[in-house]
Amino acid sequence: MNPIDTVNNPVPLVELKGVHRVFGRGESAVHALAGIDLKVEPGEFLAVMGASGSGKSTCMNLIGCLDRPTAGHYSFDGIDVGALSADQLALLRRHRIGFVFQGFNLLPRTTALENVELPLVYQRVGSAERHRRALETLNSLGLLHRAHHTPAELSGGQQQRVAIARALVTQPVLLVADEPTGNLDSSTSQEIMELLTGLNREQGITIVMVTHEEDMAAFASRIVVFVDGRITRDELREGGTSCSGTPS
Amino acid sequence: MFWNTLLMSLRAIQRNALRSFLTILGIVIGVAAVVALLTIGEGAKAQVTKDISALGKNLLSLHSGVSHRPGASLMSARAFNLADVDAIRRDIDGIDHVVPSASARSLVVNSNVNWSTTITGTTADFLPCRGYKLEKGRVFSTAEEASGNLVCLLGATVSKEILDGDEPVGQRIRAGRVSCLVIGVLEAKGQAAMGQDQDDLVLMPIRAFQRRVAGNDDVSPIYLNVSDSWSSTAIKSSVESLMRERRGILPGAEDDFHVRDMQEIASLVQGSASVLTALLSAIAAVSLLVGGIGIMNIMLVSVTERTREIGVRLAIGATSAEVMQQFLVEASVLSGLGGVIGLGLGLGGAALATRGMGMPFLPSPLVATAAFVFSVMVGIVFGFLPARRAAGLNPIEALRHE
Repeated sequence: MNPIDTVNNPVPLVELKGVHRVFGRGESAVHALAGIDLKVEPGEFLAVMGASGSGKSTCMNLIGCLDRPTAGHYSFDGIDVGALSADQLALLRRHRIGFVFQGFNLLPRTTALENVELPLVYQRVGSAERHRRALETLNSLGLLHRAHHTPAELSGGQQQRVAIARALVTQPVLLVADEPTGNLDSSTSQEIMELLTGLNREQGITIVMVTHEEDMAAFASRIVVFVDGRITRDELREGGTSCSGTPS
Repeated sequence: MFWNTLLMSLRAIQRNALRSFLTILGIVIGVAAVVALLTIGEGAKAQVTKDISALGKNLLSLHSGVSHRPGASLMSARAFNLADVDAIRRDIDGIDHVVPSASARSLVVNSNVNWSTTITGTTADFLPCRGYKLEKGRVFSTAEEASGNLVCLLGATVSKEILDGDEPVGQRIRAGRVSCLVIGVLEAKGQAAMGQDQDDLVLMPIRAFQRRVAGNDDVSPIYLNVSDSWSSTAIKSSVESLMRERRGILPGAEDDFHVRDMQEIASLVQGSASVLTALLSAIAAVSLLVGGIGIMNIMLVSVTERTREIGVRLAIGATSAEVMQQFLVEASVLSGLGGVIGLGLGLGGAALATRGMGMPFLPSPLVATAAFVFSVMVGIVFGFLPARRAAGLNPIEALRHE
């Protein structure tokens, strides 16, 4: 997919309209998101920034279909997420979305290969095909020689690359990354960011990345900044493909 | 998918090999205990049946006195005599052997070796009737039975104790106060069900016994072998009515004798053995319950410990039903494994125990299947709560769990 073509796509991949997310009830209720409008077009690389408690993680969970809005409307690739059941959300994540976490979250004492195969197990892919695709993905990330190592035998950067392979093996349309470099040193962070940028540019994978580091956000094509549950800044950077956010 | 879940749970169990083993220990012990007890119980029952049928095939025995009222009434009842034996022979069909017997405890002496044993006066039919075989020599002849010659047959134990390897046939031994000629030795039969030695006996013709040892005409008990095609219950009642007539018991009055049916005794003993086995197994089954609770415990710990893993699985698209299935399968694979190990240990233990007690080892496929199915069920039942807890986790909170 060429990112340039997607500008003409009539349906944005992610479209939030007046989204609220409230935790708790009554007096103790916390308004984590207080009316968010955000569009992400296919092929964008969006960095979500903000202080802790600003609502950026809540927003990322919503975009990743791990959660549903309390009020407002979220459509993912034209699908109304608010109307889906928990199992339907699981199926949506299974087939369309990949996740990369700050803490890598690889299964311990399980080889890199088995970790990468895991999403395909839930997709009911046969074991030979699973094997082939997992090895192919690991190979494309330069980790073929590490396929049979467990996370404990891998460096942080390698672990994160295995996690990225796990997210990519299902060929998702959206990659959601929660502080992917948060646990890595600066040179490894640089590597991971270059990897993500490459995936975005060359394979056209849409990426939504939460970070609080300016340096990392600088790799994205667009940056939105959250303050107190609202988007206060939405800027397109060099190489950006779209500008659809509406700061409130 | 189920196959994958199974492989996944096997991996999870393998990753925590020691903990998994400790978890299933309760199940292992429970299943082993139940299986061992049931198998040993089966062996004991078979042994009792074998012992009782070794007393004689389809054996009835006719005793004077009342079986359920011991003491005085037993003493006061008249014994039978040889005329009663002839009457049974003459009047009742369907009996292979009618064998009179009368016994007394006495010393037997060969030169300077003493042995206290039971001397039984009877006929040559005693051997087939009670399941004895002749090892060497011969049985009493009709002439010896009729005239009451002082000849005798030795049980294997007696022969060993007093003759100690000497050729018994042709020896003269002293039985009580009389001297008598050994004409044969019986084959060893081994211990009876109640532990007494069936080879500790000396047989002599009943007339000789009555005249020279007992000094009276009494006969008791009379042994009867029911023919194969006849019912022992029917024979028992015809013997009873014949004896009532002969002994002049008025209608409505109680019998002063009783007939024992070995078949009946065998089923009674078997019945009480079954009850005992069931009771012990029920007690052992309590440890299965405890084992199940152990599995639930560890699975709950495991769910807490693997919260992040569950979060990852949910995030990458596992449904809560799939997470539930994973933990249920894990619990039942664990307990099923415990069941298989327990089954092996239980059968092994039972094999050793039955061999030690000289009983037959009778492993039952039913018990094995039931043990396995039951232990898997324990896993499903006690895995349910932890699995439901895992499945109910919110993926966001699970991922944030430290």
